[in-house]
Amino acid sequence: MNPAYVDIIRIRFLMMLAYRVNYYSGIIIYAINIGAYYFLWQAIYGNQEVLGGFTINQMTTYIAVSWMARAFYFNNLDREIADEIRDGSVAIQFIRPYNYLMVKLMQGLGEGLFRLLLFMVPGMVVVCLIFPVTLPTDPTVWGWYLVMLFFSFLINTQINMLTGLFAFFVENNTGLIRMKRVLVDLFSGVIIPMSFFPGWLEGIMKWLPFQAITYLPSSVFTGRTPISEAGAVFGLQVLWCVLLAVPILAVWRAARTRLFVQGG
Amino acid sequence: MFVMGLFWEYMKNYAKTRLTYRADFWIEVLSDLLFQGLNLIFILVVFQHTDSLGGWSQAEVVFVYGYFMIPYGIFNTFFNLWSFSERYIVKGEMDRVLTRPAHNLVQIVLENMDPPSLIGSFIGMIIVGISWSQLGMPFELLDLLIMTALVLSSVMIYAGLYIALTAVAFYSDSPTGILPLMYNIQNYGRYPVGIFNKTIRFILTWVLPFAFVGVYPASYFLERPGIEGSMAILTPVVGLVFLFIGLAIWNHGVSRYRGAGS
Repeated sequence: MNPAYVDIIRIRFLMMLAYRVNYYSGIIIYAINIGAYYFLWQAIYGNQEVLGGFTINQMTTYIAVSWMARAFYFNNLDREIADEIRDGSVAIQFIRPYNYLMVKLMQGLGEGLFRLLLFMVPGMVVVCLIFPVTLPTDPTVWGWYLVMLFFSFLINTQINMLTGLFAFFVENNTGLIRMKRVLVDLFSGVIIPMSFFPGWLEGIMKWLPFQAITYLPSSVFTGRTPISEAGAVFGLQVLWCVLLAVPILAVWRAARTRLFVQGG
Repeated sequence: MFVMGLFWEYMKNYAKTRLTYRADFWIEVLSDLLFQGLNLIFILVVFQHTDSLGGWSQAEVVFVYGYFMIPYGIFNTFFNLWSFSERYIVKGEMDRVLTRPAHNLVQIVLENMDPPSLIGSFIGMIIVGISWSQLGMPFELLDLLIMTALVLSSVMIYAGLYIALTAVAFYSDSPTGILPLMYNIQNYGRYPVGIFNKTIRFILTWVLPFAFVGVYPASYFLERPGIEGSMAILTPVVGLVFLFIGLAIWNHGVSRYRGAGS
């Protein structure tokens, strides 16, 4: 592997660090969102013990950890790639002695590292102080969760890259990028856990990669999915990670021959 | 009249720029609606598992949501001021605005108009209509007039709050975090405030009165007993007060404006 990639991670991390103040308000925003859903779910449960396979305590933990995981895996690689294609600077990237897609992934990793250490972890501490979150006590749950969290990041980043690369084929894909963001938030389970959706929709979602971003890891974290099944769930994540690499590489190959720069 | 003429010219300009990328324009409108629809989907999905949300039925909660979409769409159309600080203060475009005859806020509003947001208001009206008949409420012409008045008041609250917050750019160099913060707090106003704790309820009523752009005015039509229904009549008062405060802060801010320098 090219040692330059490590530097790319480092540079992006330092760049994010320079703007860290923006992320302090981010923690408050996420806490506000978690608060809204916390009260909503409390009202939804009312006197009921279990809904969609979650107890109310598991649901509180689910909301907290899912939003904070989003704080970690979220990035704007889709827009960055689309912008570089539109203004033509991607052409320079073609002639450099590295792989453009790898560079983007590494930049995402640098940003992810920053978001993990300065956004997700302190955010989780804040949220645990405000809301009655029950953290798992079993270290194997934590171990599995951290590995799965990394794959959440990978899968989300792959989906972002694929969306960004579509800028090769359409003149303007900001609408597409926004559409994708809505789909990811809805189907990944940040807003509603998958088991709450009507059966037919849940059936469709089982065949989509989005569940691997939030729903699967968060369910393991809250204890809804027993730890004995964690291996199978993780396997599904790995499978999606491999499957998503195929269209990305295909699009990348097809795209290189048809770059269309607007006013570059 | 003069402002209406300006409005029309800006409108024509807007249409020309946006329709250059026609397919993308529609995808953007659609994704915008989907984004707003996320909360509606949330409501519809969770009501498959429960009959009431803090004592409110599904049709009632959907009604509140539909009502909320109407002022929200109008607000988004005219007060699309998210990038005010960068565009007008940092880049100094405020200088250009101030040398022209129309009022500076009017110009800024017109330059940043986003008419597609009105589609959200129309969908809100449809949702209100559907849940109105589901709830079997009688409909009178007076209701329409009251609804218009309440919606306008709600828009005034939104406008006042955001004008005040946008005007912070005149006083501080980097107010970046405040607007997104507000944007997320307003989510609370779409749901019955009774489900929140006392502190949040107080904030939503008196400090950042987002309850007055959703649940309070909508409760008037639902004839809810208790606090929500009785707060509805205060909506126009709160609207006037907040719009006045917003404009005062704005005008004071403009008088402090010294240009970007370079």
